[in-house]
Parts: sequence; structure tokens; C-alpha cells
Amino acid sequence: MAKKYDINEVEVWDGNYAASQALRQAQVDVVAAYPITPSTPVVENYGNYVANGYIDGEYVMVESEHAAMSGCIGAAASGGRVATATSSQGFALMAEVLYQASGMRLPIVLVVVNRALASPLNVRGDHADMYLGRDSGWIQIDAFNAEEAYDLTLCAFRIGEHMSVRLPVMVHQDGFITSHTAQNIHPLSDEAAYKFVGDYKGVDDMLDFSKPVTYGAQTEEDWHFEHKAKQHKALMDSRTVIDGVFAEYGKLTGRNYKRVESYMMEDAEVAVVGLGSTVETLRVAAKQLREEEGIKVGIVAPRCFRPFAFDEMADALSGVKAIAVLDRSSPGGAMGAFFNEVSAAVLSSANRPLVTNFIYGLGGRDFSIQEAKRIIREQKAHADAGHITTQIQQFSGLRGPKLGFFEAKRS
Amino acid sequence: MAITSIKNLKEFSTNNDRFEGAHTLCPGCAHSMIVRELMNCTDDNLVIAANTGCLEVSTAVYPFTSWDTSWIHIGFENAATAVTGSEAMYRARKKKGTLKDPNAPVKFVAFGGDGSTYDIGFQWLSGAMERGHDFTYICLDNENYANTGGQRSSSTPIGATTSTAQAGSASYGKKEKKKDIVAIMAAHGAPYVAQLAPNKWKSMAKGFQTALETEGPCFINTVSACCTEWRFDPKDTIHITDLATDTLMFPIYEIINGHELNILYRPKNVVPVEEYLNAQGRYKHLFKPENKHVIEKIQSDINEYWDKLQRREEARI
Repeated sequence: MAKKYDINEVEVWDGNYAASQALRQAQVDVVAAYPITPSTPVVENYGNYVANGYIDGEYVMVESEHAAMSGCIGAAASGGRVATATSSQGFALMAEVLYQASGMRLPIVLVVVNRALASPLNVRGDHADMYLGRDSGWIQIDAFNAEEAYDLTLCAFRIGEHMSVRLPVMVHQDGFITSHTAQNIHPLSDEAAYKFVGDYKGVDDMLDFSKPVTYGAQTEEDWHFEHKAKQHKALMDSRTVIDGVFAEYGKLTGRNYKRVESYMMEDAEVAVVGLGSTVETLRVAAKQLREEEGIKVGIVAPRCFRPFAFDEMADALSGVKAIAVLDRSSPGGAMGAFFNEVSAAVLSSANRPLVTNFIYGLGGRDFSIQEAKRIIREQKAHADAGHITTQIQQFSGLRGPKLGFFEAKRS
Repeated sequence: MAITSIKNLKEFSTNNDRFEGAHTLCPGCAHSMIVRELMNCTDDNLVIAANTGCLEVSTAVYPFTSWDTSWIHIGFENAATAVTGSEAMYRARKKKGTLKDPNAPVKFVAFGGDGSTYDIGFQWLSGAMERGHDFTYICLDNENYANTGGQRSSSTPIGATTSTAQAGSASYGKKEKKKDIVAIMAAHGAPYVAQLAPNKWKSMAKGFQTALETEGPCFINTVSACCTEWRFDPKDTIHITDLATDTLMFPIYEIINGHELNILYRPKNVVPVEEYLNAQGRYKHLFKPENKHVIEKIQSDINEYWDKLQRREEARI
């Protein structure tokens, strides 16, 4: 029996520590992991709990991230709770098996501490790894700060393991900015946290020999499409479960989460849409600009990157005239992927706002409040002019000649 | 009823299978013989993982399955990791008391072809062996990527022609020696490692049982004659396997705790390797005058390796 861990009402934890405490409180049965910067402390902290008797489950240190997720799949198919953590190159190495985990409908929780993808090698935070996961069939939830990383990791078990969902869940936080920055955190007691997460309920358990189960069968053109469609449906249907779990967690903690988080949007004329820790920077900038310059600006951010909250995103942005969408990932010869998704959502509404795209913060390049303000002012200028006054895609914080490839043709 | 109480092949052939005969492996493929023997040599519950390969694609095509036991396939490289993940979960749940039947014995087994074992899954296998999980890994070694049409693997012997190491006017086929996977696995300090063959079915069953009963990571390389890519008549699978073991192309032996080597089969009359090579289309080109030196090389390699095995057996090192 695991030793009791002393926990205070208010703790000072960084995002990594917060996530590892959530894994401990959820009483995970198997953690199979491989360390990588900046998520290494998640598994190091967990290893510390193991070494000191706070964990009853198994802790398997494998030889690579691909093996970490492979081991998680074997474990999750064997009727117990499973979690791991990774970043960047490790996430990329896992990519093959991420699809297998979701295709087999295994509710694994993966803490992803976002970091850039090489080359050039870079250990700092951007969202390249998060974007790489966006078609993998996982639920992707985004924490903007360390306390949210704790909260949402607990919620992830409830969501993924829900009988009508049974899908793996990633909980994203930004490398270093969130993962290594300590803040005041209000954790649940171990008892309350476990009560919220609940006992694990197995489905198609390989260790139940009264009902033999075959995992990972082959399907070709006769069945593959139906399987993938069913998986997509499960992802889309998970939206109501996510809403329910967030509501329940809100009652427990007073911390209320929504699949799309809107800030000062009630009367907003312009908006900025972002992801990760940048959302907090944007909120500060918006608040200050409202006070200092009277710009009616609001901030919109998806809490749920997958399933993408298409309708809620359109609703949140339905009243604005100009929107900047911020992508913290190299667009690779296109508009930012997030820009495309937000644009598609607003295009479906009656209002047709002016939408521009900023590529920013790659490889951990700082994104300041001043820069956020500049972008907001630019949106105000678009709104006042009634047309986009810049290139559609711009690069924020980039040294050298100004880049732009997409001319605005709307007036 | 497990093979422990089975005296002869006739009785064995009527045994209750947990591996169904309905599968799409080639007629004459040795894979099914080896798999059936593993599953019949124990009455314990089995969790089986398979790497991508002939066995996997032929036994679990939705909505059918040949496996009347727990079975998982993830990818080409990670069956050892999948099954050891399951084994870790078994230990966790046993400790926490959440297993449905905590006292029922369970064995964890992974199957891979030589492609996944010698090549693409080598790291995953090595990692699982090093971590010391209680499981048995069985390589179905048919010396090529048979599932994808017969490409070279690092298990393909010198002189064999494959679709990616072809014999032609300027080539006698594969140039490199077969990787010594048994020695590599023994070097991991595994408690039980063996090379076995389905023509010697009793020693194979005994080896499987030893591996399953031995605590810790065990590895067995099995000779799996491939009529399709080795190019022989499907009815001759066991005949070809007899030649493989009687020429000592595939010596049958075990290594306990990394150093106690026991030879499990000594042919009364060692057959010259020409007979083995001549029985298979993949070596046909070696009988051209310009390739005679390759046959000589194969024979001298066999002699040298057999000598080494005997010396190791004697020295216990």
C-alpha cells in the first residue's frame, strides 16, 4: 500500500511537478516512459515517488519514446490505468504508435510538454509537436499555466476512460514557460482527487481470460473506413463528456474550464486567437489596451485542440470585425494550420471578419505583451479600414527582411 | 491438455488448439507448426503479442481471428514491448488486487519474424530483455522479409538470392553473413536462450516449456522453412528442416544464464551443405562453376561454428 503523501492546500509547483502529482493522485497502474527535455522532470518526479513508496503501480523505464508508447498500449490493453509524458523529438518518435493507441481505443493519458521539432535542434517551447499530433485521433487538451496542467491531467483520465469515449488524451503545456515556471497551485487532497478520477474500469481486458480478445487486427478497403469513421465519431461525441467533466471539476474546485475559452469577448470588436501560455500574455495585453486605448479587444483560445470546437469557435468570434490567429509552429509552405481551422469556423457564420495569421515564437522566441499589443492595434486598423491592410500572413518577432507571401485581395 | 502428457505426434495432432487452423499462411509454412506447438506445450493462460509479419497478417484479418487467447499486434518492431507492457500491468494489478483471477498462471509471449527480430525491432527486443520482464520471445526465422515478397534481412545467409540482394551475372546473392542473434541474446544475460527447429518437435516443446517456466526474459530462435521464398515444394517443409539441422546449417542448442551451452541435437551423419542448398531455389545459382567458392565458404563457416559451439559446450563459458 502506497505511503501517504503530505500535500498542502496551496503548493508552489511548476507545470512538470503539477502533472506528475496528478499522475500520482490518479493511482496510475503502469507508467512506461523515456525522458526528454523539457518533460523529463515529470518522469523524474514520478520516479522519486516510486523510490519512496508513494506508488503502488509499475514504473517501466524503457529505451525510447516509441517503446514508451508501445509499452503503454500493451499495458492499457490489459485492463488498467496508464500514463506517460514526452516532448518534441520523443513525441515525433512516438508518432507511429500514437495512431495505434487511438485506433485501439485505449484511454492512455500523455502529458505533452510542448517543444520545437528539429532541425535545427532546439529544446525550447513551440507547438510543432502538438500540431504533429492533431490528426492522430487523440483528444488534445491545452493548459495555459501550471495549475491548469494539474487540473486538466486529472480531468484527462475521467474523459478518456469514460465508457462512451475510450480514447487516449494528451494534456499539453508549454515547454519551460509552463513546465519550469513555479506558481501557486491549489491541489485537491489525494482522497478528493482519486474520488474525482474514480476506479479504472477495463474494457476488452487482455488479462480477463474468460473472454479472449484480439487487439490490432488488420482491415483493408472493406472495413478500414468504417473503423476510422467510428473513431472520428467517438472523438466528436466526446465533446459532451468533456463539458460534463469540466462542469463537475468546476463544482469541486471553482475552476471552470470550457472547450473554447473567451476573455472579454462580450463587446469585442477585434479578437486574437492563440494557444498555450501565450493566451495569458494576450489577456494581459487586451486588458491593458482596453484601459489605455479603449480598444474593444477580446481573446479566444481553444481549451480543446482536438476535438476542435468548430461551432463554439464560430460563436465566440461571431461579433468581431477583425481577428488575428497566432500559430506557434512553422507553417511549412502554407498558412498556419490553426489559422486555417479558425478561418473555416468563422467562414461558416453569417459574419465574415477579416482574419490574418501570425507565425510567432518558434523555438522559444519570446512573445511579449508589447508585441501582443501591436498585433491587437493592427486588428483595430483592419476593422477601421474595413479591409486587411497588411499581408495575410506575417511573422512576429522574426529578425531580417519582412516576409509575406499572401496578399489581401478583399476590400 | 498440454504436451507434457503427450507421447506421440498422433496424439499431439488431435490436441485442443488455442491457435485455430483457419488462417491464411501459405500451405507448407512452418510458422503455424511452431506457434501451435508453443500454445500446446502449456495449459497456462497466454498473452501473446506479434510483430507485423506473415504470422500477424495471416491470423487476424478483421472480422476474423485465429487466436483463442489474448493477442495484440501494434507494429513491426514492438511486440516485445507490447507484451512486457502487459506483463507490467499484470504485476501492478496483482499487487493492487484488481485481477479477475489472481491465482491463474499467466505466460507472456511475443512472436516476431527475423525482419522484426534481427532488424527493425532489434532495439525494442534488446530493451525488453535488459529490463528483465518475465516473458518469452520467439523468433520465427525464415531468413527473409517473406511478408513483403522476399527481401533480404540480416538473417539471410550468404549466397541466398532475395529480391533486394539478388543473384545475377555480377552477383552471387547476399554477401554478408547471417547475424548471430542467439549469441547476442545470450550476451544480454538472459536466463534461457535457445535455437530450435520444428522437425525436432520434442526438443522444441521442451525448450518452449523451459522458457515459459524460467523466470525472466527468454529468447528462442526457431527455424521456419519458407516454401514460398526458399523455393521448395510445400510438402517438403519438414524434409528441408531435417536437412537444415542435419547439415548443421541450423544447430539445435540452448544457452543457460548466458554461458552454459548445451547442444540438443547431434546428427549421426552430418550431411554436406550442398544437399541443403540444392533442395532450394534460392541457392540454385550457387551451383554455377563461378559460384562454387560460395558453397565452400558456407561449408567452412558451418564447420567453424559447429566447432565453436562444441568447444563452448565443453568449456561452459
